[in-house]
Amino acid sequence: MRMNRRGFLRQTGAVAAAGVLPVSMVRLAFGQEGQDFTFAYISDSHIQHIRGNEFVRNWDQGLKRAVAEALLEPKPDFVVFGGDLAQLGTKAELDHGAEMLSALRYPLYAVMGEHDYYLDLGEYWSELFGDHYYSFDHKGVHFVVLNSVLTYDEWTYHRWETPERRMLEMAGLDNPNGSPFMVGERQREWLRRDLARIPRTTPIVVLSHSPLQKIYKGWNFWTEDAEEVQAILAPFEKVTVLYGHVHQIQYNQIGSISFHSVMATAWPWPYPETYAHSGAYVPVMTVPMNRADPFNERDATGWQFIDVHTGRVAAHYTLYDNKNRTVAYNAATGRPEDTEYQNPARRIPPQAHY
Amino acid sequence: MRLALLLLSLGAALRVAAQPLGLPPVPIPEDNPQTPEKIALGERLFNDVRFSSNGQVACANCHSPSSVFTDSPLKVSVGVDGLTGTRNAPTVVNAAYNLTQFWDGRSPTLEDQALHPFVNPVEMALPSHDPILEVIRADRDYVRDFRRVFGVRAEDIRIEHVTQAIAAFERTLIAGDSPFDRWYFGGDENAISEAAKRGFEVFLTDGRCVSCHTIEHDHALFTDHRFHNIGVGVNAMQDRIEELAKAFLVAKQRGVDVDVAVLSDADTSHLGRFAVTGDLSEIGAFKTPTLRNIAVTAPYMHDGSIATLREVVEHYNNGGVLPAGAPVNPFLSGGIRPLNLTEQQIDDLVAFMESLTSPEFQQLAQPERVSALGAGR
Repeated sequence: MRMNRRGFLRQTGAVAAAGVLPVSMVRLAFGQEGQDFTFAYISDSHIQHIRGNEFVRNWDQGLKRAVAEALLEPKPDFVVFGGDLAQLGTKAELDHGAEMLSALRYPLYAVMGEHDYYLDLGEYWSELFGDHYYSFDHKGVHFVVLNSVLTYDEWTYHRWETPERRMLEMAGLDNPNGSPFMVGERQREWLRRDLARIPRTTPIVVLSHSPLQKIYKGWNFWTEDAEEVQAILAPFEKVTVLYGHVHQIQYNQIGSISFHSVMATAWPWPYPETYAHSGAYVPVMTVPMNRADPFNERDATGWQFIDVHTGRVAAHYTLYDNKNRTVAYNAATGRPEDTEYQNPARRIPPQAHY
Repeated sequence: MRLALLLLSLGAALRVAAQPLGLPPVPIPEDNPQTPEKIALGERLFNDVRFSSNGQVACANCHSPSSVFTDSPLKVSVGVDGLTGTRNAPTVVNAAYNLTQFWDGRSPTLEDQALHPFVNPVEMALPSHDPILEVIRADRDYVRDFRRVFGVRAEDIRIEHVTQAIAAFERTLIAGDSPFDRWYFGGDENAISEAAKRGFEVFLTDGRCVSCHTIEHDHALFTDHRFHNIGVGVNAMQDRIEELAKAFLVAKQRGVDVDVAVLSDADTSHLGRFAVTGDLSEIGAFKTPTLRNIAVTAPYMHDGSIATLREVVEHYNNGGVLPAGAPVNPFLSGGIRPLNLTEQQIDDLVAFMESLTSPEFQQLAQPERVSALGAGR
């Protein structure tokens, strides 16, 4: 089933109320008028400068399309950009990406990606988008934005002769010269203090670029201090982590923490399980995306609407020329599940041979 | 007309006649079997101008046998009292193979499609289908033919009988056997020029054409039956898409007739398949048309906005814009990108498309370039 925007609103109501109550009734039933809201999440656009005023057209088109669609109904409360706006962190790339994002007439919260960071360690990005990590509150939900793409000081400050070389080494997905992502002790300490004032019943949504869980180290689908970060979040009853970087749909549940990845507007990555040299830990509950049609430069890319309903998240993936998908927290099983394809009998078999 | 008459003259042999080279068997719905009498009735209905508000517009006005069942060279069709619609009349020839009808696929069958132009205010503009049935019931020949074909008395004739007969006639408008078919499926090396053969190679490779204008191992319909935003129409209104898409969805919720809305307003028309489905992926998207007889059905695209095949290729070569460098809309299909074809490749592609004209329509052909002349025979 393809879902249009109104369709997903209906479906949201259905997920929340077993398909019987109109949306207004749902709100009444929970007695928390104003607690449900929607925001748009666009990520991983990888705007790439060629020369002069030339940029890679394909990546431009991906971001422009997501922005154009996010402007249509329904209006999101705000927009998150999930990191990797630029490809090599240059002023030209960040400026060009920010200009395209400026068409959005909504508040924008930006997350740092490694492609934005490793040229000047986020200095110019900060001029455009503000702090590298911060928190804010929206309709009863506490949002935390982390810069989760830091790494060891030796790698960042001493290993490379130039900032450009450092950026290039981190920009390669499977480059053995890279270094594992981490949130780092200083930011974890900030997180502890930030959350200290928040009641344990308050829903927490964490926005990061890397997964805050360990999936596959070879491609940095990984956060080195994931366990420490999870331990800080664990005491809260409802926690959701939304992350970019992986350019594919993933989801997981660890304790009270739900994990959802978001799509890239630029290009898809394969699932790391296709890469057999070392262990990959794609969560077993993830229903993989179907393989992209290589003719169609937008296939297996997209963006998402995030519905927050009584503190739990439903991620609606808008996938161009593909089946749209929704991954929503299932209160009965206590984990995120694909609302249509979780049952293996309902899945579209992926193309497994080429 | 020659085509239809030819097929009609085959009489009862029609149902077992071998299909033309390059085409699959014509799909015939179980509830509307072909009979020679039904086909003849459908042809008469197709040409009857009385089924319009001013008594001057028949189906055949915009789907004229002398123009490959289009109204070429018009950009958009003209209905009653000179009113114009927003879309270029697609050919009825080989429409029997379409999985949906109309440029935006808003109709699932030929039978359903035939219902709408009668009552569209810019086409035949009747207030309802009742005047058609009144004309038919008062016409002795029609009454006799409907009884013979459907076994109904005059008072039992319904609009569904009318559209079934028209659809049966349209299913006889089948044309393959083009020079390309004789070369590619028939093995006749001399059927097309070297330029057309090179053009077919571009069609399969650098031109990226075949991904949507598909071909099979034993036939070629040159359509994937899907909907794509290729930058036509929607490019010019891209700054207003947000406003127009919202306004249309609101109007649709209030019950506006999609068929009327898309033919009476150019901006709404350019929303394409989105107007039918409300799917964001289909803003500005239109159905892939067949390429058969394309050289004799100019102008091109849903709005007839491109005059020649060469300009069509240039539009694709520029990545979905004309002229080169014009701004492209953000909803552009992911298959459309700059191609960097050479002038030679563009000429060859045009020569290839000119090889897709069926013999029935060859006398209409006027090659765009001298180099495309010469079928090599």
